Amino acid sequence: MLALFEKSAVVLELELRKMMHDQSDIIIRTIQPVLWLTIFGSVFGQLRQVPLSGVPYLAYMTPGVLAQSVLFMAIFTGVSLVWERDLGQLDRLLCAPIPRTAIVLGKALTGGVKGLFQAGIIFAIALVMGVSIIFNPLYMAAVIAVVLLFGICFSSLSIFVMTLLKTRERVMGIVQLITMPLFFASNALYPIELMPRWLQAISFANPMTYVVAALRALMITGDLSGLPTDLAGMGLATVIFVVLASAAFRKIGA
Amino acid sequence: MSKIIEAEDLTKIYAGNLTAVDHVSFSVDEGTLFGFLGPNGAGKTTTIKMLTTLASITSGKASVAYHDCAKEPNEVRKSIGIVPQDLAVDDDLTGIENVMLAAKLYRVPESIARKRAEELINLVDLKDASKRLVATYSGGMRKRLELIVGLIHQPRIFFLDEPTLGLDIQTRAVIWDYIKRLNKEHNLTIFMTTHYLEEADSLCDSVAIIDHGKIRISGSPSELKEKVGGDVLEIDVTNGASLTEFFRSIQGVKEVKQTGSKYRIKIPRAEEALPTIFEGISAKGLKIREVSLNKPTLDEVFLEVTGRSLRDEPSGAEDSFQRMITSRRRL
Repeated sequence: MLALFEKSAVVLELELRKMMHDQSDIIIRTIQPVLWLTIFGSVFGQLRQVPLSGVPYLAYMTPGVLAQSVLFMAIFTGVSLVWERDLGQLDRLLCAPIPRTAIVLGKALTGGVKGLFQAGIIFAIALVMGVSIIFNPLYMAAVIAVVLLFGICFSSLSIFVMTLLKTRERVMGIVQLITMPLFFASNALYPIELMPRWLQAISFANPMTYVVAALRALMITGDLSGLPTDLAGMGLATVIFVVLASAAFRKIGA
Repeated sequence: MSKIIEAEDLTKIYAGNLTAVDHVSFSVDEGTLFGFLGPNGAGKTTTIKMLTTLASITSGKASVAYHDCAKEPNEVRKSIGIVPQDLAVDDDLTGIENVMLAAKLYRVPESIARKRAEELINLVDLKDASKRLVATYSGGMRKRLELIVGLIHQPRIFFLDEPTLGLDIQTRAVIWDYIKRLNKEHNLTIFMTTHYLEEADSLCDSVAIIDHGKIRISGSPSELKEKVGGDVLEIDVTNGASLTEFFRSIQGVKEVKQTGSKYRIKIPRAEEALPTIFEGISAKGLKIREVSLNKPTLDEVFLEVTGRSLRDEPSGAEDSFQRMITSRRRL
């Protein structure tokens, strides 16, 4: 078990060092959330017809945009893994004496850590735009933990789906197919109560919903009553996806 | 010498019933340099992948470093180093980062890894470039880095898949020089594939030629050359009685052809038979006008067992290597 985490950490270090040498990816990834907050947020906020129990719309959607940008980023973990597999770069890890699960965990952890960079940027933008975020160190630490877990969760989902695909060409289509429903069938942009009943049922099974709810409680409302449920839902999804990803990944190259 | 690599009826069938490797058996002695030769698509890379635990074994058995590849893959992985044909180092990391991270994957303690990395980097003359991103390296530098990344954990066996493919002649010579030194100085067993038969000939202790998934012939390069008929001796003598019968009577002669006053004789280790031949010709009162001795090359062996020359092959592997590079750059 200890060896597993040690090796996962090496994979994480490898990925982070690569990221530090080429920061363009991180910078480009900040553009999308900025657009969501500045354009979508300010226009949609004018409607004032969304029942948000007294929270300004921009504040309401900030955790949603944070979750979305981590989701979009995490979903590419599997895409880059498939690239590395096809280019033969993955062989170096596969022929080293490390558990397959360590590769999956290391890559997923990378997704989580990159998510933290996104979180930092979105915090900054939201503050500039006048969103009042709860500045309690404990809450902030909890936000970090949730983002990290979320990144791991969806990176694993991505690794699971992408390693099942045989060709890279299908990847981009699948990325859309996964991210859009996850995003729209969640409470990221609007409360679940506004959804038609069938969509509510889907959003209940959508891990994204629990993540957004947890982030919203910790960053904006401070109402922690639903937090245990949210964390349990997220934790469950993470365990399931890590196990699935490891199982699928074990067949790679066989 | 003990057999550090053993394959027994090793077979790989991919989905769709494509048999890439078909009941292949061979062994490699510890500390030797083994060349695995064959045209593109013959099953070389698939064999390497099975031996290095990167591909599952459909049937048959393989053991590497005295561990079963299927049952104890982790023990095998600990004992081997690999330089794959594809890109194996990270462009977005510096040379030294690539080496040190590889060391961590194999749990080489940091202080030992640093010392070893420094030695290896000096050995392959990458000292000045070690702190630069690999993206700035030339093809030869990259290959040299790949060699030492594969060696940092001091493996017992080193697998090299086309280590000099796509490199210019000088760089190839330098790479072979390193490989030879590693083999001699560290008693490292080396298993490699190559397209350059003349290099395999001069470097390898033993070779096997694989074609359509089957091993056609194996042995030391000189054994193989003997098997295909050995040396070719051409002698031009002053006119006189036919010497064909005389040549046939010499031990080891496989074939004699006469055209006019010229004789073409196939014989293994011709140099050993030369004195007898010369003496015999003088005894018959004839004079030799001209003698030429041609040693066969592995190319001829290859031609003999596969029915085609490796040189005639469209160099598909090289093209795909270039494609790999360009597609990597586009990422």
